[in-house]
Amino acid sequence: MTRWLQDNMPKIVLAPSFIIVMVFVYGFIAWTAWVSLTRSRLMPRYEIDSFIQYERLAASPRFETAMVNLAIFGTLFIVIAMVLGLLLAILLDQKIRTEGAIRTIYLYPMALSMIVTGTAWKWILNPELGIEATVQGWGFAGFEFGWLVDPDKAIYTVVIAAIWQSSGFVMALFLAGLRSVDEEIIKAAQVDGIPTWRVYSAIIIPSMAPIFLSAFIVLAHLAIKSFDLVIALTGGGPGYATDLPATYMYAMAFSRGDIGQAASSAMVMMLVVFAIVVPYLYSELRTKDD
Amino acid sequence: MTDLSYNPSRGQSPATKMALRIVLYLLLGLFALFYLMPLFVMLTTSLKSLDEIRTGDLVSLPREVTFDAWRTAWSTACTGIQCEGVRPYFLNSLLIAIPAVMISTLVGALNGYVVAQWRFKGANIFFALMLFGCFIPFQVVLLPMARMLGIMGVAGTIPGLIFVHVIYGLGFTTLFFRNYYVSIPSELTKAAKVDGAGFFRIFWSIFLPLSLPIIVVTVIWQFTQIWNDFLFGVSFSQAGTQPVTVALNNIVNSTTGVKEYNVDMAAAIIAALPTLFVYVVAGKYFIRGLTAGSVKG
Repeated sequence: MTRWLQDNMPKIVLAPSFIIVMVFVYGFIAWTAWVSLTRSRLMPRYEIDSFIQYERLAASPRFETAMVNLAIFGTLFIVIAMVLGLLLAILLDQKIRTEGAIRTIYLYPMALSMIVTGTAWKWILNPELGIEATVQGWGFAGFEFGWLVDPDKAIYTVVIAAIWQSSGFVMALFLAGLRSVDEEIIKAAQVDGIPTWRVYSAIIIPSMAPIFLSAFIVLAHLAIKSFDLVIALTGGGPGYATDLPATYMYAMAFSRGDIGQAASSAMVMMLVVFAIVVPYLYSELRTKDD
Repeated sequence: MTDLSYNPSRGQSPATKMALRIVLYLLLGLFALFYLMPLFVMLTTSLKSLDEIRTGDLVSLPREVTFDAWRTAWSTACTGIQCEGVRPYFLNSLLIAIPAVMISTLVGALNGYVVAQWRFKGANIFFALMLFGCFIPFQVVLLPMARMLGIMGVAGTIPGLIFVHVIYGLGFTTLFFRNYYVSIPSELTKAAKVDGAGFFRIFWSIFLPLSLPIIVVTVIWQFTQIWNDFLFGVSFSQAGTQPVTVALNNIVNSTTGVKEYNVDMAAAIIAALPTLFVYVVAGKYFIRGLTAGSVKG
């Protein structure tokens, strides 16, 4: 008996986690997928009834807004955060004496809750007393910055706050990448008199392709899951102008009592995440096993 | 270090070089201002009186420093109908985060140890399933989890939230420890086995003593995640068990009475202090955790 216990201890230790993952991750995904195919409203029902919920999603102007917002927000957030992160990393890579301190400053927002970030930017961007009033007070009476309360512009305030929060992290990723480029190649290029910008654009940046991919995955993942930032900054408003799929799902699940819509929108979110993450994970695991 | 600015072959005059350095530092300084500005605004706003705030200058220093807003935020600000400040919710967050961090780290360490050192058929599949779980948007488990917590009788309670955080933290804690232990030569385990040491003995006397750095990384990662969580907190708590992020959001969005921006800001800083503190004292490990999730190995 003890012998058996000894031999199987690794499996016994792993078993609870295995069961937990199977139930609470995969089982729950299956449950949500199932319910997304029913006519569930306030209470879940289990008779499968075609793709009615997905048809309702497709017909919902609010969900359309959420998806369009995700596209706008996701694209701008990922592109700007990557460009800014790369720029900061290159600037910091020039033998800066105070590098440690500057890096600390650039990265600290990543330690904050999105709710804190949202609260801070909501205050800064509010038109009555925030930046607008401040700049007007400096004598620029015509200065206007009311994006936060403008249904067409409010989504861009979410972009600003999200970039503020995450670009320092992208910088840290790229900085680590810059430091791992083979120095000999760079020295050789310098000896040959190749200008600095060419060294970066032709040698260093192309060699960092895997880091671009990592940064992209992380940022895309953050964008799709963005929920707290929108709640704290705009509450999804004005109206539902800044809804994202995550806030739509939450509204359906907990305030509208529409479980079918909540489940189907959650499934859409998961499909978007998986479309991005699965190819990446697959290649990661394959190279690991070799 | 790519030493490009001191390139002798480029033949720049010292004056040009000097000018370039100045522009460089200027740019770095401007970006530093961009990142620091919100924190600065939060801090100064929290120290101003409401009258002073109404004059509408974000970036000015307080004419008269007052800690009233901090006192209000801590003990009397209203989060809906209750007016006890963020203090009870701050405590809730601690009561949730501390056990959840400890349990998920311990289980993650054991899981990682098995996957990395006791390879058996299926261990890799387990790891892949686990890793996959790190990436799901939690919205997809929100509805069944709410029902499950009800069935378990812990809906809206702190143990319920601890449970949720442990479960969905396991993927990352397992990943961290697995990647760390995989770099330890398996000969070590084999030799210890030959000497008659068992599974736990090897873990306890060989692996655990080597694990301090990865424990620090994992604890910081988990603590930051759980402390900053809002989605689980708002979905699975009820009045009285909410974590501090939910309370902060309620204070800021409570519509009763005069809008007290200074109190909002003080409450936001209070909610941010623990993770900021961790970042300042252990930033190196914080960054390692962040990058470990993306640049593995």
